[in-house]
Amino acid sequence: MKEIINPVAKHIEEEEYHINMGPQHPSTHGVLRLVVSLQGEIVKSLKPHCGYIHRGIEKMCEKDTYPQIIHLTDRMDYLSAHINNHAVCLLVEKALEVEVPERVKYIRTIVDELNRIASHQLWWCSFGMDLGGLTCFFYGLRDREKILDIFEQSFGSRLLHSYYTPGGLMQDIHPEFQKNVKDFIKYFRKKIRDYDRILSGNVIMQERARGVGKLSKEDAISWGVTGPSGRGSGYSCDVRKHHPYAAYDKVKFNEVLLHEGDTLARYMVRMHEMRESMNIIEQLIDNIPAGDFSAKMKAVIKLPAGEYFQRVEAARGTLAVYVISDGNKTPFRMKFRSPNFSNLSVLDHVSRGCKIADLVAIGGSLDLVIPDIDR
Amino acid sequence: MDREKLKEKIQGLVPEILPEENKDFLAVTVPAAQLRKLVLALRNEPDLSFDFLVCLTGVDWGKELGVVYHFESTQHKHMLEVKVKTADRENPVLETVCDIWRTAEFHEREVYDLLGIRFNNHPDLRKIFLDESWVGYPLRKDYVDDVNFVEL
Repeated sequence: MKEIINPVAKHIEEEEYHINMGPQHPSTHGVLRLVVSLQGEIVKSLKPHCGYIHRGIEKMCEKDTYPQIIHLTDRMDYLSAHINNHAVCLLVEKALEVEVPERVKYIRTIVDELNRIASHQLWWCSFGMDLGGLTCFFYGLRDREKILDIFEQSFGSRLLHSYYTPGGLMQDIHPEFQKNVKDFIKYFRKKIRDYDRILSGNVIMQERARGVGKLSKEDAISWGVTGPSGRGSGYSCDVRKHHPYAAYDKVKFNEVLLHEGDTLARYMVRMHEMRESMNIIEQLIDNIPAGDFSAKMKAVIKLPAGEYFQRVEAARGTLAVYVISDGNKTPFRMKFRSPNFSNLSVLDHVSRGCKIADLVAIGGSLDLVIPDIDR
Repeated sequence: MDREKLKEKIQGLVPEILPEENKDFLAVTVPAAQLRKLVLALRNEPDLSFDFLVCLTGVDWGKELGVVYHFESTQHKHMLEVKVKTADRENPVLETVCDIWRTAEFHEREVYDLLGIRFNNHPDLRKIFLDESWVGYPLRKDYVDDVNFVEL
């Protein structure tokens, strides 16, 4: 028996072989193909192959007007659609030197934070599912549904809203918006304790996440890993803190920073961030000033010739928009620096030397959204 | 470091740079031959220490092709925009920066894929989004695709 098994085992141990993870794999959360070089079950290196859903949004933008472009940004990181809209709106408003009403700033901040919570909820439930806890998936989706209901009531859609327009909002919030948001926060403050009980405090999850996929602060900066993934490595990169926009300079909140840099740290940052987002909403929801829901804008928006750069903190990191305008109603060149594109590039670095099962945990903790990578 | 000081400092390092007026932060254009000298100084000089490459954009300006870099220093919080251009549209080649900022590796592959700019010393310069058999570079202004492109 020994003689039969050993040559095979030896062969597997010594030879490096490549397997495809994806393009259709539940833990890549979309159409992403990872070609993993394995020795036994140790990951030697990893090559991501993207482009399965590349739509050429940057090229399409060159034919579209700015209000049209907002609808395309929804389709990048569809889980933080509002925040993507916000980036383009802020850029246009900065270029035209439009001062938006205070009411708009407050509503945008609240809606951004709701969007961030919804996005982190979906991350939490899929992260649990990646590690084998299917219950998490139902818990997370159940609570995310409440936010989507609020979105649907006020903005008419659940996922791709295009609610922000340059200068303001598409329409005013629903009369029951404030009440519903407050009800949700009261509800979710209780439910997030269940999240901790079911997954954060779970020994199996902690054992699988602690010390796995270590990323140092220097590496995080060099690879441009931002958002909760970067803050798990102690890299202070919160755009809301460093370059405040909308009403973020009026609220008190903490930038969640952990220094371990492993999968568990990235997990804990997101759990804390959901609580911080609720704190931000609570400070604003009762103080929304009265007024217009949009500034006066021209019917055709033409940016003055020049270059503009705007950053926002999307749910997964820094989203930067860079526009070169030649004075027309369409941009000459529009670039989206999407957070997931940079976060994906570090996956090879952090997963080298780990087991293939850990790769699923690391991928889950980086929280990649594939349409944002491919654009 | 504020804008004027930053401008003086960079002009001291590379006298050939051309500063530009920009709303948010200092923008400079550097000749392609001087790019490596400038970026190494930007990264390594202690009072500059631009350690975060926020954004790397490939641009087709019509006559020239080139790349726009947005740098930020996480320590000093200042920002800088650097442009580098090449007039050679047939075989555009620039120097890589991905040994200094690792995030540039993917971004330069994207620029190569969509604009056809090659980067010297890049470790793995392959197309990233489009198929290997794709002909032409879609983000170029003179790109024509009769099959897949719908003209409105």
